[in-house]
Amino acid sequence: MARYVANRLAQAIMLLVIVSAIGFAILHMAPGGPLSQFAVSGQMTQEDLDRVTRQLGLDRPLPIQYLDWFGRMLKGDWGRSYRDGEAVLSVISSHLGATLELMATATVIAVLLGCWIGVLGALRRYSLFDSLATVGAMIALSIPTFWFGLVTIYVFSVKLGWLPAGNRETIGDGSFLDLLHHLIAPSLVLALVETAMWGRFMRSSMLEVINQDYIRTARAKGMPEWRILTVHALRNALLPMITVAGLQLPTLLGGALVAETVFTWPGMGRLFLDSIGYRDYPVVMGILMFSATIVLIGSLLADILYAVVDPRIRVG
Amino acid sequence: MAIAALSNVQLAPGQAAWRRFRRHRLALAGAVIILVLVLGSAFGPYLLPFDDTYIDIMKRFAPPLSGAHILGTDELGRDVLARLMMGGRVSLSIGIVAMVMATVVGIVVGAFAGFYGGVIGAVLMRLVDAVLCFPTIFLLLTLAALTEPGLVTTTVLIAATAWMWVARVVEAQVRSLREREFAVAALAFGSSNLRIMFHELVPNAIAPIVVAATLNVAKAILLESYLSYLGYGIQPPAASLGNMLNNAQIYLTSAPWLAIAPGVAITLAVTSFNFLGDGLRDALDPRMNIP
Repeated sequence: MARYVANRLAQAIMLLVIVSAIGFAILHMAPGGPLSQFAVSGQMTQEDLDRVTRQLGLDRPLPIQYLDWFGRMLKGDWGRSYRDGEAVLSVISSHLGATLELMATATVIAVLLGCWIGVLGALRRYSLFDSLATVGAMIALSIPTFWFGLVTIYVFSVKLGWLPAGNRETIGDGSFLDLLHHLIAPSLVLALVETAMWGRFMRSSMLEVINQDYIRTARAKGMPEWRILTVHALRNALLPMITVAGLQLPTLLGGALVAETVFTWPGMGRLFLDSIGYRDYPVVMGILMFSATIVLIGSLLADILYAVVDPRIRVG
Repeated sequence: MAIAALSNVQLAPGQAAWRRFRRHRLALAGAVIILVLVLGSAFGPYLLPFDDTYIDIMKRFAPPLSGAHILGTDELGRDVLARLMMGGRVSLSIGIVAMVMATVVGIVVGAFAGFYGGVIGAVLMRLVDAVLCFPTIFLLLTLAALTEPGLVTTTVLIAATAWMWVARVVEAQVRSLREREFAVAALAFGSSNLRIMFHELVPNAIAPIVVAATLNVAKAILLESYLSYLGYGIQPPAASLGNMLNNAQIYLTSAPWLAIAPGVAITLAVTSFNFLGDGLRDALDPRMNIP
C-alpha cells in the first residue's frame, strides 16, 4: 500500500511540474508577455519598461525565470493582482468559499439523484424509466449550462417569481434562509450535467455487479432481495464511483464558472472572468494553476482512496 | 438455428455494423437531424428575404410569427432566423474543423506514443495527462484572452483543448496492435516505422477514432457556444449560435424568444452528434461499452 501511494505521489509531482510548465508557457505566450499590462497603459516610456523588465527579472533566461516562478508558487507567492495589488492567493481564497458552497451542494444533489437513477435504470434495464433516463442523461449532457441557467431564470424568476435571479444573498438580509433561497437555482443548474454523468456511470457499474457470481450465490442462499441489493450489489457498485468523483472535478469546476457567470455568483469562476476582462494576468494565471492543481490533487486522492477500499487495485 | 448462424457468418463486417447502427434509432434520428441542420444552414440563408446583419431599427424586438419574421427580430431589428442559419454555419463549421484538427493531432501524438513507448511514450502521455488537468473552459478562456478573437482563433483553440482524448484512444490501440502479426510482418518486410504507424496500425484503429471524433464535434460545438456567449469567441456582427445568446440575458424579460431559438439549436446539434457517436460506438465495436 505504501509503495502504491509513493508511486502515485511521484506521478502526481511529475504531472504538477508539467502542468506548471504549461502554465508558464501560456503566461509568456501573451502578446508582450507578462509586460503587456504596463505596455498598454501608454503612459510609460521605453526606459520605464526596461526598468520594470529588470525589476521583474524578465531579462533573465527563460529556464531560470521558470524555476524562480515555480519556486515562488511552491512558497505561496503567486504574485499580485494588477487591479488592487492584493496577493493573488488571498484574492482566490476570498472567492473560494462561494464556489465550494455551490460545488458541494451541486455534488450532493448529483450523487443522490444520479445514483438513484442509475441503480433503478440498471435494475429495470430497458424499461420505460431506463430509456427515458438514458435519453434524458444524453440531453442533459448536451445542453449548454449557461442556456439552461437562462431558461431557469426565465421560468422561476421572471415568470413564477419563486427564486432570485442571481447573487448570493439579498443585500441587508443574508440570513440562512435567504442564502439557501439564492443557492437553489445555481446549484440545480450546476447539478444537471453532474447528475447525468453520475447516473450513467452508476448504471453501468451496477449492471456489471448484478451479473457477478456472488450475487447469484446470495440469491441461491435465499437472501432477501433488498439485502442482496443493499449489502452486496450497491456496496460494490459504489466503489468505482470514487474514481468518477475524481474524474468529475474538471467538469464541475468548469460548470461552476458558467453557473456563477449566469447567476452573478461571487465565486472563483466569476472572479476569473472579471480578471480576464481587466487583463489581470496574475489572477487569471493564478486561478488557472489553482484549478489544475485542485484537479490533480482530486484525482490523486480518488486513486489512493480507491486503493484503500479495493485491495485489487494496489497490485496492478 | 444453423441457418441463422450461417447467415451471420456470411455478413461482411461493414454490413453487420450497419445493421447494429440501424437498430440504434436515436443515432439514426441524430444523423437525420444533423443532415437537416447542415442543409438548413447551408442553403437556408438563400431562401430568406433577410440578411443576417441587416439592421432595421424600426422593427426591433418583433416577436416570432409577426409578419415576415418567422422567429422574430433582435435588439437591432435583425431577423433571428437569418442569424440562426448563419450562426449555424459558423458553429457547425467550427465543430467539424476543430474536430478534424484535434483528431489529426491526437492521431499523431497517440501513434508516436503508442508505437515507440518507453521515454517518448511516457513523456507524450504525461503531457496529455497534464493538459487534461486544466478544466477545459478555464484553459480555453485563458488562451482566448491572450489572442485576438475570431473564427480561426476560436477553431484552433477549441482543437487545442480537445485532442487529448483522441491521443489516449489511439495510444492504447497502437500499443496493443503493434504486437500483432500483421505489424510484425510489415516490420519484417522492411517497412519504415512511419509507414507501419500510419498505414498499418492507425487504419486498424479507425473505429474508436471515428467514435471519438464524432463525440468531439459535439464537444467543439458546445465549447464554441460557451466561448462566444462569454464574449471571447465569434465577435459581432457575425453570428454564431453562442454569441446570439450573448445579450439574451439582458432582454430575458422583454424578449425571451431571443434566448430560446439559439439555445434549442445548440442543444439539438450537440445531442444529435452525441447520439450519433453513441450509435457508432455500439455499431463499430460492441465490446467498447464505456458509458
